[in-house]
Amino acid sequence: MVRSTDNNKNSDMQPSQQEAAKQKGLKNWIEHRIPVFAFVDKELVTYKTPKNLNFMWNFGSVAGITLVIMILSGIFLASQYTPHASMAFDSVERIMREVNYGWLIRYLHMNGASMFFIAVYIHMFRGMYYGSFKAPRELLWIMGVVILLLMMATAFMGYVLPWGQMSFWGATVITNLFSAIPLVGKKIVEFLWGGFSVDNPTLNRFFVLHYLLPFVIVAVVMLHLVALHQHGSNNPLGIDKKTPQDSVPFHPYYTLKDLFGLGVFLMIWAFFVFFAPNFFGEPDNYIPADPMVTPPHIVPEWYFLPFYAILRSVPDKLLGVIMMFGAVIVLAVLPWLDRSPIRSAQFRPLYRMFFWVFVIDSLALGWSGAQLPEGAPLIVGRVATAYYFFHFLVLLPLLGMIERPRPLPESISAYHPTRRQSDSK
Amino acid sequence: MLFLLENNKHEKNMATQVSTKQKSRRDFLMLASTAIGTVGAVSFIWPFVDSYNPAADVLAGATIDVDLKSIQPGQAITVMWRGKPLFIRRRTAAEISEMQKLAWKGLPDPEADKQRVKKPEWLVVVGVCTHLGCVPLGQKPTDNRGAFNGWFCPCHGSAYDVSGRVRQGPAPKNLEVPPYVFVKEDLIRVGQEKV
Repeated sequence: MVRSTDNNKNSDMQPSQQEAAKQKGLKNWIEHRIPVFAFVDKELVTYKTPKNLNFMWNFGSVAGITLVIMILSGIFLASQYTPHASMAFDSVERIMREVNYGWLIRYLHMNGASMFFIAVYIHMFRGMYYGSFKAPRELLWIMGVVILLLMMATAFMGYVLPWGQMSFWGATVITNLFSAIPLVGKKIVEFLWGGFSVDNPTLNRFFVLHYLLPFVIVAVVMLHLVALHQHGSNNPLGIDKKTPQDSVPFHPYYTLKDLFGLGVFLMIWAFFVFFAPNFFGEPDNYIPADPMVTPPHIVPEWYFLPFYAILRSVPDKLLGVIMMFGAVIVLAVLPWLDRSPIRSAQFRPLYRMFFWVFVIDSLALGWSGAQLPEGAPLIVGRVATAYYFFHFLVLLPLLGMIERPRPLPESISAYHPTRRQSDSK
Repeated sequence: MLFLLENNKHEKNMATQVSTKQKSRRDFLMLASTAIGTVGAVSFIWPFVDSYNPAADVLAGATIDVDLKSIQPGQAITVMWRGKPLFIRRRTAAEISEMQKLAWKGLPDPEADKQRVKKPEWLVVVGVCTHLGCVPLGQKPTDNRGAFNGWFCPCHGSAYDVSGRVRQGPAPKNLEVPPYVFVKEDLIRVGQEKV
């Protein structure tokens, strides 16, 4: 009796819950109280996904699983690590030498940071190429930029924790960026340090924040997924799903495709872990931090190099910092800079070309960031910096106006790649 | 597998034609991949679990050498071994003969004295009460050694004799005898049975 009155009151219950209320068994008992099975079915099993997604669409799930592996390995590292200026370096060495499989967990985590950025950068370039950031997915994209910023902060603070020379001087250089702020810059930097230089208080808070931020990232990733499932994935054609023929259920089609891609990704990750664990690292970080001596050549981790190159290209301290942060912030307004109504570069001959120029420009910035800031690398860095902002602020708005896109196909299922060439001729 | 890529209607038509033979083939593939996946997941998880086990440096500190030269008959010393107190007591001739003569079969945790020592003169036990882990009193002559002249646990009143055997109170077991070996006449290595 009680149950039936419950049902009447909760007429806004999901059909699956109403159904479950009438039936027996543990699954139905749970479903009536919290509709987890309907949720999983709706979002992961029957979830309608464009049938034409290519392997570029693997990197979202790859990045998500990388985040999980990073948190898992991070928790086990934190279980052995000591966040104290006089003990941190030795505790990391202890993990490498004494803790069972400590070397494996640390190398997984260390190379995982690089793998994470590889996945996320490919994921972002995919979004740019196929116009995934365009309406109605602007907020989805912006949440992605927020995730990128959080990742950068997390990665930077994680790099400080081993308390090697690169950790220490990286921390010094990056925190000093804030000293460029007029009037209050010095106060802000001392606030960040908790003192007058990078020292134990800095290490302590960086450890706490490095542990905290990944969970904030998880929260934003959840929002990212909610926003994604609102309109579903974009696809290589950049047109909306129209007929049932345009989509397939997520399971088993994309669960399997994602698993396959993940397998390949994990194999590359494992290659670095087992055969070149310090490939992405700097040997100087195996020298304990010394506040009295700066290493002769300071470089950030590779994933920061393009932004580092922008910083060094500008001869003014404040402007350099503004440009560097601006290079990330400009991504957030990308949906309003790219004025073209066509999403996919497949149908935008000019944008398609300039997209690849932009990719090369980003790589050139990365290369320049790794060199000493003088001579040719500095000039390359300056040209590439100028082009980076030219691409976003001038080229994209302009292309939206002058470009003549190729005709879009009727629907996803009506499109045949074999006919494409004859169309374009 | 190609038909999976065709549209839904077509797939349904094809699916009805799938023979039982093909179905069992799919079942086999499904089971085989699940099995391999499980093996992979377990081997991935194991290093993480194992990292919580005692590390190599902890294990290296698990063995200590104790020099017995300066300990007089009737005297006891406490050293730290694996983070716990270790009681080493040089028993007097009277204590030894008393312990050896004791009818031990009716004790709460029956053990003969000779099972608990390597040399009758030296008693080596872990100084942790087997009840709930307190450190018993009795290392100093001024301590309350309880009714049996060995050790007395102040937490819940267990009393041990000079062989470290529980004689009264809630403790279920005798004080633990650690693995140790006489490396020399008056040097023991605690933590291993053989040199």
